Amino acid sequence: MRPIRVLVAKAGLDSHDRGAKVIARALRDAGMEVIYTGLHRTPEHVIQAAIQEDVDVVAISLLSGAHLTVVPKIIAGLRAQDAGDMLVLLGGIVPDEDVGPLRQAGVAAVFGPGTDTAEVVDFIQGHVRTGSPA
Amino acid sequence: MAQKPAAEAAERAPEFRTLSGRPVKRIYGPEDLAGLDPARDLGDPGEYPYTRGPYDTMYRGRLWTMRQFAGFGTAAETNARFKYLLEQGQTGLSVAFDYPRLLGLDSDHPRAEGEVGKMGVAIDTLDDMQRLFDGIPLDKVSTSMTINSGAIVMLCMYLAVAERQGVTWDKVSGTIQNDILKEYTAQKTYIFPPRPSMRLITDMFAFCSEHAPRWNSVSISGYHIREAGATAGQELAFTLADGFAYVEAGHAAGLPYEAFVPRLSFFFDVHMDFFEEIAKLRAARRIWARRLRERYGIEDERSLRLRFHAQTAGCSLTAQQPMVNIVRTAIEALAGVLGGCQSLHTNSFDEALALPSTEAVRIALRTQQVIAEETGVTNTVDPMAGSYYLEALTADLEREAEAYFDKIEAIGGVIPAIEAGFFQREIADASYQYQQRLQHGELAVVGVNKYTLDQKEPVEILRVDPEVERSQVQRVQAHRAGRDQAATDAALVAVGRAAEGSANLMPPILAALKAGATFGEVCDRMRAVYGEYVEPIIF
Amino acid sequence: MSELAERLLAGDRRALARAITVVETGGAERADLLRRLHGHGGQAHVVGITGAPGAGKSTLVAALAGALRDAGERVGILAVDPSSPFSGGALLGDRVRMGTGEGLFIRSLASRGHAGGLSRATADAVRLLDAAGFSVIVLETVGAGQGEVEIMRLAHTTVVVTVPGLGDDVQAFKAGIMEIGDIFVVNKSDLPGANITARDLTTMLMLAPPRPWSPPVIQTSALKGEGLAQLVKAIGDHARWLREAGRWAGRAAELAQRRFEEAFAEMGLRRLRAAAEASGAWQAAMAAVARGELDPDAAAEQALGSVSGAWTSV
Repeated sequence: MRPIRVLVAKAGLDSHDRGAKVIARALRDAGMEVIYTGLHRTPEHVIQAAIQEDVDVVAISLLSGAHLTVVPKIIAGLRAQDAGDMLVLLGGIVPDEDVGPLRQAGVAAVFGPGTDTAEVVDFIQGHVRTGSPA
Repeated sequence: MAQKPAAEAAERAPEFRTLSGRPVKRIYGPEDLAGLDPARDLGDPGEYPYTRGPYDTMYRGRLWTMRQFAGFGTAAETNARFKYLLEQGQTGLSVAFDYPRLLGLDSDHPRAEGEVGKMGVAIDTLDDMQRLFDGIPLDKVSTSMTINSGAIVMLCMYLAVAERQGVTWDKVSGTIQNDILKEYTAQKTYIFPPRPSMRLITDMFAFCSEHAPRWNSVSISGYHIREAGATAGQELAFTLADGFAYVEAGHAAGLPYEAFVPRLSFFFDVHMDFFEEIAKLRAARRIWARRLRERYGIEDERSLRLRFHAQTAGCSLTAQQPMVNIVRTAIEALAGVLGGCQSLHTNSFDEALALPSTEAVRIALRTQQVIAEETGVTNTVDPMAGSYYLEALTADLEREAEAYFDKIEAIGGVIPAIEAGFFQREIADASYQYQQRLQHGELAVVGVNKYTLDQKEPVEILRVDPEVERSQVQRVQAHRAGRDQAATDAALVAVGRAAEGSANLMPPILAALKAGATFGEVCDRMRAVYGEYVEPIIF
Repeated sequence: MSELAERLLAGDRRALARAITVVETGGAERADLLRRLHGHGGQAHVVGITGAPGAGKSTLVAALAGALRDAGERVGILAVDPSSPFSGGALLGDRVRMGTGEGLFIRSLASRGHAGGLSRATADAVRLLDAAGFSVIVLETVGAGQGEVEIMRLAHTTVVVTVPGLGDDVQAFKAGIMEIGDIFVVNKSDLPGANITARDLTTMLMLAPPRPWSPPVIQTSALKGEGLAQLVKAIGDHARWLREAGRWAGRAAELAQRRFEEAFAEMGLRRLRAAAEASGAWQAAMAAVARGELDPDAAAEQALGSVSGAWTSV
């Protein structure tokens, strides 16, 4: 079975990459292939990276408060390019009342501050099947 | 080391370690002070090496400045928050700028979409800056501004607003963070590559020493290094190493030490490990004074005494059971005060959830006021001195920092170490180890991995109205439509020319802002000359 | 699979990305896909970029990609990481410096534990990008070692990158790397010592055994965009030389033959084993080896002997 591929994307303008890097390392240690985008990525950049890398999971880290603007744009872009099946996760400071709209927009799960990395690993392993890709 | 006496009862754990992983013995005693010469290593408060404090009377003379970091939405909204804080007894201002500002963008830049006014105040033009300080005389308050890569532009805006208020520059006081080195290692809100960024900073040193002598032209920050996951020892070492790099850069740019070193100030994090944090702050003063004197031959007292702002640790706040954060912040603030801070920001309990609400900010400020007015810890200077444990920790942190200085020197200095990813790798490793200790239950965080609740406590949070972005975008576009375009263009060309050459950039930037150029436009001119920095990726 | 191939040929990026996953995964779907793409492509110029960590390769590749696109090329980049971590996972950070936009496609490939598999997956991915119409395919590898040389054999043109101040840099070049370089780049040319490094390299190349193509040494500053025009020109010159010397077509034939050899070995092994299992000879030999009754080589001889003749029909 091929490894799960994950794009860890720093979208928005915030520069807090501590969580993104810790998650990237934890996913790698769990046997996944992790592609990291670097900081300050536009939605277009994230969409293109996800498509080209043909990832199973797009894990967006965003702490600037722009999640309601940025995340739905990314999901819409993925869907427009026939990649609506990618699992989209969001990590960061997200007020409870925003979780509903984000879920509705297609975010599979929102992970707040203090999340155990094992929880993220379990969620991904429980929701991604890597068999035949085509 | 003395033989450990046999314990009467079993201990709770095979070993005890500080939050930063430093082993801690069961008891400390006189043998731990064996190498300590109080006259040489501590001195009296206000005396070399300033371990016990930069001033002789400390809080008996004047309390620390209570300075709450604030900024959100438009200039007018933040202005109202400033006035509220001043009414509540706050004694200095501290401006938080939004992300577009930290990255040198105007509000109508495509990359700014969704970010305007969110995590700080949105300032595009000189008029916005004037609104921000409306009714607040700039000769009466000291202001701290948290901005780095675009600091030179924001400082020019501040000075121009002072001018509009009729306040001469020799009367303005405050601090601009302007610590670009830690941006590359920790905070990551950089625009230009390190070398041109250093030139902007030395231009500011030179300009301020001549025209704004009460202005602290850099606040050398360990806070962000710590928040990025560093240990207490790394925070101490990397921050001071950055400090020495600024001393060297200013000197290399032809400035005499006494012209700018007295205006260097520091900014440290105060985390949860009470004694380790106090020790770190005391060690910082001692190392700074010693190295300045021994390595650079600096004797001037104003240069040797390290002054710092402290902030309680944002990364210690939890989203779970947020009211508990009030307790954490109080303990951290107490450590900051016992460590001898000159100004202090206490975090609001809701900051792991959102921007602080008015109520949360008030409680945070009240926390400082309780420490200052009720606890009695301010009655004597450095009451912790002589504690076996604390002095041993202080010496140990100093040794750890010295070892890091040697490593950095072996790489060739701070900038080569940044370019080689040295700091980034050290911090990433420490951050990962911290997470591991947390997940293995070696470190406890109440409400997160212990004493958890199934139910969430409801907290009312502050939200920035999306209307802020729309109105700010309209305002900056209207501003551009209404200005003298030819004059603006000419002034911007002059900024570009100065950036290419070696003349001080402050005068042409001031001129461009007064001519009507926006914050982002000035940054763009410099971007065109210096390029943009892309970091080496280190996990 | 036929739909995927058609979409790839029509320029669909999503299909191309999926197709790379298919060839990385291997198996029957890979074989089917590659068969369907036979006869497409063959025009792309494959440029390998290699060098020690810290040489600024990703910055150079990003800058080079920009320069090539400005020159009207459609650029595909394969960032190949041959390091094989214990967990089987990988951290790939090479996209960080890359831009976005039409005419640019970047894919990160990790080793997944077996170095041989990586070079085959890379070869396949090159074929896919070629079939999808990319005119220049840049292979970027991190680090040095045998896996790297293997991957560089896929390139028409190999660019070896160094920087001043990597220690005794020129001496430190692995012998194998020195020989495969068609173009040498001294990156970060604004650093002190760049001229010396370039001069040392030139001297060393002069002392090496003569080659039909004499590799140029170019100084670049990827950050400042300096020297890129010369690098683009040198890459073009090398491609022209390959064509004129008749080596371009020769290389394609050689790669096709290598793929045949690999396919033959893989298919042959699979079929032989299936036949031995069907007759029970496999299981018997395994048991005998486990009990220590037979030497493993002798057991293999015996099992193969028992299926002789029969397996061709499986």
